Amino acid sequence: MSDTTPVLELRKVDKSFGPIDVLHEISLKVRAGEVLCLLGDNGAGKSTLIKTLAGVHKPTRGEILMDGEAVTFDRPKDAADRGIATVHQFGGTFPLMSIGRSFFVGVEPTKGWGPFKIFDRKTANEIAVKAVRDFGITRIEDGDRLVGGLSGGERQSLAIARAVHFGARVLILDEPTAALGVKQAAHVLRIVGEARRRGLAVIFITHQVMHAMAVGDHFAVLIRGAIAADFRKGEKTREEITDLMAGGESMADLEASLDTYMENHEGHAPQPAA
Amino acid sequence: MQLIARFLTQPAAGAFLSFLGIILFYVLFGGVDLGNLAGAASWVNLAANLGIVAIPVGLLMISGELDISIGAMIPAGSMTTAILSGYYDLPIIVGMLGALSFGALVGLVNGLLTVRTSVPSLIITLGTLVAMQGIVLAGSVLVTGAASVPLAAPDWAKFLFGQLIGGSHQVVILWWLGFALLMGFVVHRTPLGNWLFALGGDKESARNAGIPVRGMTIGLFILSATSASFVGMCQAILFNSAQVSGGMSYIFNTVVSVVVGGVLLTGGFGSVLGIVLGTLTFAIVSQGIYFTDIDRNWSNLIIGATLLLAVLMNESFRKFALNYSPRKKARN
Repeated sequence: MSDTTPVLELRKVDKSFGPIDVLHEISLKVRAGEVLCLLGDNGAGKSTLIKTLAGVHKPTRGEILMDGEAVTFDRPKDAADRGIATVHQFGGTFPLMSIGRSFFVGVEPTKGWGPFKIFDRKTANEIAVKAVRDFGITRIEDGDRLVGGLSGGERQSLAIARAVHFGARVLILDEPTAALGVKQAAHVLRIVGEARRRGLAVIFITHQVMHAMAVGDHFAVLIRGAIAADFRKGEKTREEITDLMAGGESMADLEASLDTYMENHEGHAPQPAA
Repeated sequence: MQLIARFLTQPAAGAFLSFLGIILFYVLFGGVDLGNLAGAASWVNLAANLGIVAIPVGLLMISGELDISIGAMIPAGSMTTAILSGYYDLPIIVGMLGALSFGALVGLVNGLLTVRTSVPSLIITLGTLVAMQGIVLAGSVLVTGAASVPLAAPDWAKFLFGQLIGGSHQVVILWWLGFALLMGFVVHRTPLGNWLFALGGDKESARNAGIPVRGMTIGLFILSATSASFVGMCQAILFNSAQVSGGMSYIFNTVVSVVVGGVLLTGGFGSVLGIVLGTLTFAIVSQGIYFTDIDRNWSNLIIGATLLLAVLMNESFRKFALNYSPRKKARN
C-alpha cells in the first residue's frame, strides 16, 4: 500500500513556544487503513504533536499535508472539518449525559418545525446504540443510559464510534489504553483494529509497547521532540523498542543493575529517590 | 419496580420526594390542614418571586457557573423602574425597559468577565453584587435624595405585573409558570438544552464539538440578571414603591432551591422541573410553618435539614442513575 498518497503527512514540522523548542523536524505519514503507533515516554512531546495535528497549535515551521495537499489549521474546528478526530484518554464524553445525547452534542437530530424543532431523542438513541454495537460493543442496548455508567473501554469505544460516525478519516487516539485494565485494553485494541478495517488512518499514541505491537503497522518513536526511530511492523523486537523509548539507555542494562542491587541487598528493592 | 427505577434516575426525583416529605412532615407533626395550605397565597407568592430567579440561576449552575449578583439586581430592578417612572414621571414602559436593560447590561458584564478571565464566577458576581448595591444606594440618594421612591403604575401595568388575583395571589405566579414551561421546553427538548448540559459536563469537549461556549455563558448571565430585575420591577409595580435594600435573602434562597432541586453544584446535571419543585419545597418549609403548631423560629432548622437530606438523596439517586441499565437488571 506504500504507493498510495498518505491521508495525513507532516513534513519537517517544528514547534516552539518562545525560546523552547518542543518538536524538531517531525516527518510522519499515515495512510488509509493503517495504524501508526507513536511511542514516547512522558515529556517526549506527544501531547504537543497531537495538539498540532488537531489544530490547537500551529507549527512554527514545516507543513501539514492532507491527501498530498498543504493545509493549515487555525482552530481545532478546521482540523475536525477535514476529518481529523481526536479521542482523549477519557473519551471526551460527558459522564452525566445519556449515550444518545452525548453522541450528538453539537449535531443534534431534530424533528418538528420552526421554533418547535425538538431534539429527536428516539432517533439519537437508535443511531448511537447502533453505531457502538457495530463496533462490537454489544453490552450497550439502551441509549438513555448515562455515559458515566459505562466502563472505561466502553467510553473509549463510544468516542471512537462517534468519530467514525461523523466521518472521521484520521483518528488520533491519545493513550486510549493507559487507564484501562488488561481486558478493557484488549477491547479498545479490537476497536482500533475495526477502525483500520474500515479504512481509517489511525494514529495511536501510547507508551505501552505491547499494545502498540498488537495493532500497529508502522511505528515512530519520539524522544525529546524528535523522531528517534521510524520502522514498520516486524522490523524491531519489543526489547529494542523499549530500549529506544527509554532514550537509548538499554532496559536490559537497567534490569541487570537492578538484579545486582537486589542480590547485594538481600532481595530488597532500592528505596525510591525522595 | 421498573417504573420506580426509571423515576429514580430522573434528576427531579430527589426534589419530588423532598417536596412530598416536607408536606407529610407538616401534616404529621404540625397538624397542617392541607386544604388551608393549598388555598394559602403566602407560600405560592414567595415561590413565584423566588422561582423566576431560581430557574436561570439553576441553569447557570448546570452550565458550571454561579451568579450571586441577583441579590443586588432585584432592588436595582425595582429602583430603576421607580426612579424612571415614579420620580421622573416617565411612562411606565420606559421604567420597565430601563430596569430590564439595566439587568441585561449587568448580566453582560458578569458574562464577559467570566469568559474573558479565569476568575471563578462566584467571585466575579460577588464583586458585581457589592458594586451594584453601592450604585443603587448612592445613585438613588444622588438622584432622588431618598432610599425609597414611590411609584404609581397605570392599570394595564398593574394588571400584567402587579395584580393580586383573587385579592391574594400575585400575578407573578403566572409569569413563573410560563417561564418554567418555556425553559423546561428549551432545556429538555431542544438542541440548545443539550448544549447546556454539554457545557456543564466538559467545557473543553463542548468547545471541540462546536458549541458556542462563550456565547452561551454570556447569554445565561444576561438571563439571570434580567430575570432578577424583572422580579424587582414587578415588586415595585405591586407595592407602589421601591427600596434600595432587600434582595440579599434571594442569594441563599435560590441556591437552596436549586440544590434541593437536584442540580449538581459542579454542573452538568439537573432539570427545570427539579428547580421548580425545589423552590416549592423551600417556600412550603419557610411559609407553611405558619400553618403548623410548630414555633416558626424552627423554620431555618427545617430548611437546613431538608437541604442536607435532599442533597444526600440527590447524590445517591445520581449514583443509581449512573449505574442503571434496565435490561441488564432484567437478565440477572
